[in-house]
Amino acid sequence: MSLPTLTLRGFVTVLMLVALALVPQLVELTGNAFLIDLATRCVILAIAAVSLNLILGYGRMISFGHAAYLGIGAYAVGIPVYYEIYNGYLHILVAMAVSAVFALATGLVCLRTRGVNFIMITMAFAQMVFFTFVSMEEYGGDDGLVIEVRSEFSRFINLEDATVLYYVCFASLLVVLYLVKRIVNSRFGMVIRGTRGNELRMQSLGFDTFRYKLICYVIAGTICGFAGALLGNFTNFISPEMMDWTRSGELIFMVVLGGAGSLFGPVLGVSVFLLLEEFLSGLWLYWQLVFGIFLILVVLFANGGIDSWLSGRSRRSHDS
Amino acid sequence: MTAKALLSIVNLHKSFGGVAATKQVSLDIVKGEIHAIIGPNGAGKTTLVSQLAGVLLPDSGRILFQGNDITRMPAHRRPHLGIARSFQITSIILDMTVLENVLLAVQAKAGHSYRFWANSGDDASLVEPAMASLEQVGLQNQAMQMAGPLSHGEHRQLEMAMVLATNPVLILLDEPTAGMGQEDSTRMVRTLQALKGSRTIILVEHDMNTVFTLADRITVLVEGQVIATADPDAIRSNPRVRQAYLGEELDSIPSEPHAEDSMTKSPPAC
Repeated sequence: MSLPTLTLRGFVTVLMLVALALVPQLVELTGNAFLIDLATRCVILAIAAVSLNLILGYGRMISFGHAAYLGIGAYAVGIPVYYEIYNGYLHILVAMAVSAVFALATGLVCLRTRGVNFIMITMAFAQMVFFTFVSMEEYGGDDGLVIEVRSEFSRFINLEDATVLYYVCFASLLVVLYLVKRIVNSRFGMVIRGTRGNELRMQSLGFDTFRYKLICYVIAGTICGFAGALLGNFTNFISPEMMDWTRSGELIFMVVLGGAGSLFGPVLGVSVFLLLEEFLSGLWLYWQLVFGIFLILVVLFANGGIDSWLSGRSRRSHDS
Repeated sequence: MTAKALLSIVNLHKSFGGVAATKQVSLDIVKGEIHAIIGPNGAGKTTLVSQLAGVLLPDSGRILFQGNDITRMPAHRRPHLGIARSFQITSIILDMTVLENVLLAVQAKAGHSYRFWANSGDDASLVEPAMASLEQVGLQNQAMQMAGPLSHGEHRQLEMAMVLATNPVLILLDEPTAGMGQEDSTRMVRTLQALKGSRTIILVEHDMNTVFTLADRITVLVEGQVIATADPDAIRSNPRVRQAYLGEELDSIPSEPHAEDSMTKSPPAC
């Protein structure tokens, strides 16, 4: 593939990635340790948002329960640690496997519906997970559980070091972005995008669209479960609140804000969302009022999100 | 049922809430023919085609394709047998490029869509057949454009290219020239004429000039029932057909139609 000429969109993408790569150096320069916390959270949520974008943006499956996977992933770290099992590879494996199984089981049901029904049923399943963990007194119920020790990988990857944890998360984001890029341009991704555009047509061409959507749904859930495992390590704490439906709503908003159906859009969406949250909450006690108005304006006017604004075209202008 | 029949429809029946849309229809489609199905609005033409495509399930009766019973086969499996459908209302993927639309059709035929890694747009085994189909309908120069903003006629041609890209044995064409201007519909008729003999086509069409230019045989459907199946000349002179449906319209059809003449005389479709 030849190197594309640098558009505004490409420029912002590169700039963002370079900025993210240099966060620890920036922290050293400014001595502002809080910055690395913000950046780590941003990168982890970006992985979750990129995975949600795979189904929401490319497949138009609007899941209102994606935060469930963040919770599942985090508990897949928290519960083993509670039993003094610290092997990080195992944590990741459990997080992704349980997420995949959960996505498969719920996807088999959810994907038989569409539109508002799909939104409601994905939310219902996520709330089931939420209340399951609330009821598990052993693991703190709705008070949550402190993760005493972070996942252990090897001598060289010590997650207790904030910089190492950050770079693990950042590298993971790069891998996930590359993975999603490959998927959406592959034959499989073409089927998913075609199904978004016109499912009936895809069926009449001979595609069993349900199966493709289900596989896509499982891939997205598995990636988000991985993000959840990182989140558990980062926060050192798990609680059902991580998978509350409002968290799922925030993820959807981040994707829409950045640009659903664009590869890098969700990363921009998460960044802008978190920065605004930080900035506004420092200004005024009732910052959420302003934030809410901003969200409404974005949904109304920024068709295609920040990404379409950067690439100078309204991406969905001819969609039905 | 003749031995040569590619598709046999046997006593097919379908009703919606007591109203029969397809009434005991029996029909053989011979390999290689263009078989037109005509009839007044509400005669059940689209209902019949939908059952052949598997989108609607009949209440009773059978559909045999190459001797196999496909009556209850799901819609998405029929294309793998070589049955392709083009929709009355244009059905393409608007937010993809022209080429991507056809690539998907080629991909559907090729199978192997559970490939998650390689870039499908660089895959010559997909792109070459797709471009060939686009050339067949004359859309090769628009390959890289988004499908959405193209004209109605171009949408129909793209639709046709997608049908051809699946390399079908039997094509179900629902009003291929509906809503087209003169130029576009002439081009569509030429494309279809070029396919004569190499593909079997079931053509549902309102425009009589198109029907009599293209069809080898014509079936007339009235209120869900077949009232005649014959070659164009016999249909033209069939008194029941004239009475039920065509009357004066048939008189305006030249006895030996040529595509060019008939197209220039025909009023704009719709």
